[in-house]
Amino acid sequence: MTIANVPVGSVEPTSEERSAALRRRNRSTERTKSVLFHIGVLAVTAVVLYPALWMFMSSLKPTSDIVGNVSLIPDNASLANFAKALEGIGGVSFWTFFKNSMILAVASVIGITLSASVSAYAFARIEFPGRKVWFSLMIATLLLPFHVVIIPQYIIFNNLGLVNTFVPLLIGKFLAAEAFFVFLMVQFMRNLPRELDEAARIDGAGHIRIFTAIMLPLMKPALVTSSIFAFIWSWNDFFGPLLYLKDPALYPLPIALRLFVDQTSTSDYGAQMAMAVLALIPVLLFFLVFQRYLVGGVATQGLKG
Amino acid sequence: MSLTREVTGSGGLSTVPPPAVTRRRRRAAETRAGYAFLTPWLLGFFALTAGPMLASLYLAFTNYNLFSSPEWIGLDNFRLMFDDPRFIQSAKVTGIYVLVGTPVKLAAALAVAMLLNNTRRGQGLYRSVFYAPSLIGASVSIAIVWKAMFIDQGIVDRIGQQLGISWGGWVGNPSMTMPMFVLLTVWQFGAPMVIFLAGLKQVPAELYEAAAVDGAGPVRKFLKITLPMLSPVLFFNLLLETIHSFQIFASAFIISGGTGGPAGSTLFYTLYLYQRGFVDFRMGYASAMAWVLVLVVGIITFVFFKTSKSWVHYSGETK
Repeated sequence: MTIANVPVGSVEPTSEERSAALRRRNRSTERTKSVLFHIGVLAVTAVVLYPALWMFMSSLKPTSDIVGNVSLIPDNASLANFAKALEGIGGVSFWTFFKNSMILAVASVIGITLSASVSAYAFARIEFPGRKVWFSLMIATLLLPFHVVIIPQYIIFNNLGLVNTFVPLLIGKFLAAEAFFVFLMVQFMRNLPRELDEAARIDGAGHIRIFTAIMLPLMKPALVTSSIFAFIWSWNDFFGPLLYLKDPALYPLPIALRLFVDQTSTSDYGAQMAMAVLALIPVLLFFLVFQRYLVGGVATQGLKG
Repeated sequence: MSLTREVTGSGGLSTVPPPAVTRRRRRAAETRAGYAFLTPWLLGFFALTAGPMLASLYLAFTNYNLFSSPEWIGLDNFRLMFDDPRFIQSAKVTGIYVLVGTPVKLAAALAVAMLLNNTRRGQGLYRSVFYAPSLIGASVSIAIVWKAMFIDQGIVDRIGQQLGISWGGWVGNPSMTMPMFVLLTVWQFGAPMVIFLAGLKQVPAELYEAAAVDGAGPVRKFLKITLPMLSPVLFFNLLLETIHSFQIFASAFIISGGTGGPAGSTLFYTLYLYQRGFVDFRMGYASAMAWVLVLVVGIITFVFFKTSKSWVHYSGETK
């Protein structure tokens, strides 16, 4: 296959028979190589998938059958673990935790897409003094460990009486505090043709109109990618809720899961697995539906950085 | 990196230069619009990032427990840190994790990316499957699964017994917890792999063909073509994954039950910071720890960018 791509002038002229033999030999080594590569890829797939499959399958087994059972196929599958997980903990139903997670994730998506797209428009499309400085500061926060702000933030929210509410977990999303999303959208917007907004400006459109009528519709891929990441990161967030939420009725799933692990007898791995699976299902659904956006978003992120 | 690349070419709005007054008025309007659109970010930046950073810088030099007012103690927190065996332990645990976990994870990511790059059929599907652990790997669910896999008589123990190795449960063994966490991060090789794969696709096939004509073997091709051509992507992955590794928290918290045990072997830096700040309410000390982390990450970033000139090659650059 590669031989066909070599420019004719760059190889020494050979006789018809010799080049045909060469091509044949190349084709057969190509085929062996391809088989070997496929075996390699399948081996990696098995290693990657095993922990996840083991979790799913274990959630269907009785606890006595989980620990130390390497096999994936349950001998007598049952949904008993799920029934136990759905009961919840300490009088709070599983669905309350699920609802809390959902509220936080959906509000995060709304906040991030709104605030990050508006800020990104300022960075990418408006010329004003100070823009470069703000942009550099935004990039700097991209690499900043967030631990340096959590203690003062906690003190502020504590003084405002907002501990044990969702406000501390959501306010940053509505103020574009997560630079990753702003950066992603700035990069995307910079690749949109300038002629579009220039034409609109000549027609007398202001920035608000250009942003809502031209930019937002064109930014759909970036908005979708951001929404998926915003949802999944909020759904998996452990640190924020651990700090700010004290009342179990407000717990999202990750914190509830931790409480569940602490309170059920440590040997009840069946129920723990079932609850772990339930907590992951929305993320996996999102992944199955949007994986192209996600993986594509990651791929371009790295190259444009 | 083109992080601060400027957008040019907005001057050509109209062919006839507008009178100075209109131009000035338009510039003022642009400034107003710019700051109006930037308002949410500016509010967030000052209220949630810059302000709190300054506050924690101040708190780092105080004794503060949230209930009484901060008491200035100068550099005492920093001095205490270096006499605090648990702080030293947390720095050691995190250091080993970053130094071992990141290179192993990136090597796995690069190897699999090269494997996938040579696999024509089903590449998109494999890419997605391999990426999935990066999305869920840091979650509480996976931490629970990992713990269940590595406990005494758990499946990893059983696999060891089959192979004739008696390593027992890794969770309760201080010398085996680190390999367990390294495996957990290596399992999440998918995100850097996707980036490597996108980079590999940009390498012109002619380079390999020319090298083959010159009789270069696979090792030479890798060292002389693949690695230099991938260096911008490698730089990006190395920087991001290193910074990311410093911040491991949820998995360590769940697997050790918040203690960092056994014997402090899972006392990651952020876990100890959490314990000091939000369990013991030693908020001055925790702020000082946070600033040490910022300094370390800052120095690493600086060194990466400084040295990058000598090993990162951007295509089109003559060097």
